[in-house]
Amino acid sequence: MPAAHVALHGVTKRFPASAGGQAVHALGPIDLGIRQGEFFAVVGPSGCGKSTLLEIIAGLVPATEGRIEFEGRPVEADVPDGIGVVFQEDACFPWLSVRDNVAFGLRKAALGREEKYRRVNEAIAMMGLGEFAGTFPAQLSGGMRQRVCIARTLVTKPRLLLLDEPFGALDQQTRLLMGDEVLRLWREIGATVFLITHALDEAAMLADRIAVMSARPGTVIDVVETQWPRERDSRIVERENFGAVTSRLWKTLREESMKTMGRTAISP
Amino acid sequence: MSRATLYQIGVVAGFVLLLEALCLGGVIDKITMPPPHRIAIDFVKLMRSGKLYPEIGKSLANVLLAFVLAYVVGIATGTVLHGFKTVRETLDPLFATYYAVPIFAFYPLFILIFGLGDGPQLLIGFLLGVVAVIVTILNGLDRVPRVLRKTALIGRMGPFETATHVTLPFCAPYLLTAAKLALAYAFIGVIGSEFIMARNGMGYEIGFAYTNFDNATMYPLIVLILLLSIILNGILTHWEKRLLARRGQQ
Repeated sequence: MPAAHVALHGVTKRFPASAGGQAVHALGPIDLGIRQGEFFAVVGPSGCGKSTLLEIIAGLVPATEGRIEFEGRPVEADVPDGIGVVFQEDACFPWLSVRDNVAFGLRKAALGREEKYRRVNEAIAMMGLGEFAGTFPAQLSGGMRQRVCIARTLVTKPRLLLLDEPFGALDQQTRLLMGDEVLRLWREIGATVFLITHALDEAAMLADRIAVMSARPGTVIDVVETQWPRERDSRIVERENFGAVTSRLWKTLREESMKTMGRTAISP
Repeated sequence: MSRATLYQIGVVAGFVLLLEALCLGGVIDKITMPPPHRIAIDFVKLMRSGKLYPEIGKSLANVLLAFVLAYVVGIATGTVLHGFKTVRETLDPLFATYYAVPIFAFYPLFILIFGLGDGPQLLIGFLLGVVAVIVTILNGLDRVPRVLRKTALIGRMGPFETATHVTLPFCAPYLLTAAKLALAYAFIGVIGSEFIMARNGMGYEIGFAYTNFDNATMYPLIVLILLLSIILNGILTHWEKRLLARRGQQ
């Protein structure tokens, strides 16, 4: 079996006690292997540490215990080369045009001016933003701004694309269409994709495998293989066994979500 | 031209006309204040004569220097302070009460240290503005969304690069507000200081003209200061509006 593209060994995160509060065991231990070129999704109840897990993989936050490897090299203090992240929040720079926002991704790239220009245009075109290249983010819709952020990430040609609930702020139709976009891009760029989402249907539609996380401290309690063909889009929801995938996810997740709600209810 | 702008022009024009009427009607006597049309004529005469250009130039150079110093030092200090929570918390009470301190009360001390030259005026202009700039920048930096800082980390940018390419550009509207404050305080500090601790400059000339009942010099100089402040502030406000409009905030 080939080595995992991303490997997590006993990854645990504890946040120290803040003033007047208690230390929080947020995550882990988590052991997980994500294959090269795989579309991997993670679902879990609110507050289970999904985003923390993504930030640990990205090298934004250090793990308290355990080890993360990306392409066989440990992820430690810094963000490794080859990783791109798209966040749920609007991360467009409001003072830059769409073109400059996308070009921002290449600031550190050792590329000639022409190559940068070509890549920026390619990413803009790929995300269908061609006619908005000179526009500022404030003039775009939420979905378009998210496409700008995706283009800014894609322009760097990441080998691992981390998506932290990237469609969380969008309406259902836009989410489905953006899902199609992401599937198309995934096939085109051949990167490994790691998606965090709270939407079970979104995970079921997009991913090859889906990890279900427990309530805090989040651990992986199930991994579901969807067995979808690589050539797929949002119409996959019409398949007979799509319901079976979401049902299995919900069955595992329901109890964990109730634990979280119970915890929330008794929390001050 | 917007309706609001027309109203604003109307209010100013109305006020000038009222003053004109009060002066011409004798309600305000000539020694206290000449009518606005007279001030306008004296203003043109004074500007044409060029006799006070060295004084005007000296004051404006000091205002500019005090402004640049307060602005640059304020931005640098605010940016660095933002990264050091404990130092900031220690200094917060000072910032909160700073404007309760009458800086002008220290002018004898400044004269003792720096003499009667430009030093004390610059220092007062600088001291009045710098804390306003620091507080404004800190306020702006507090509002930088966390996701933009994370984006900078993903782009493997260091603290300096993050400040120059992400956080400070995000704070551009606050930088313009800080510029307006620093400019206003530089005018107040420098011109105000010239009244009490200088032998030249616009403030000194206004004070000198006042003690000699020389309204033909005093009022045009006051008008010049007013015009300069309004024009410079207007330019900064215009930029601020354009910036905010580009960001969909206006």
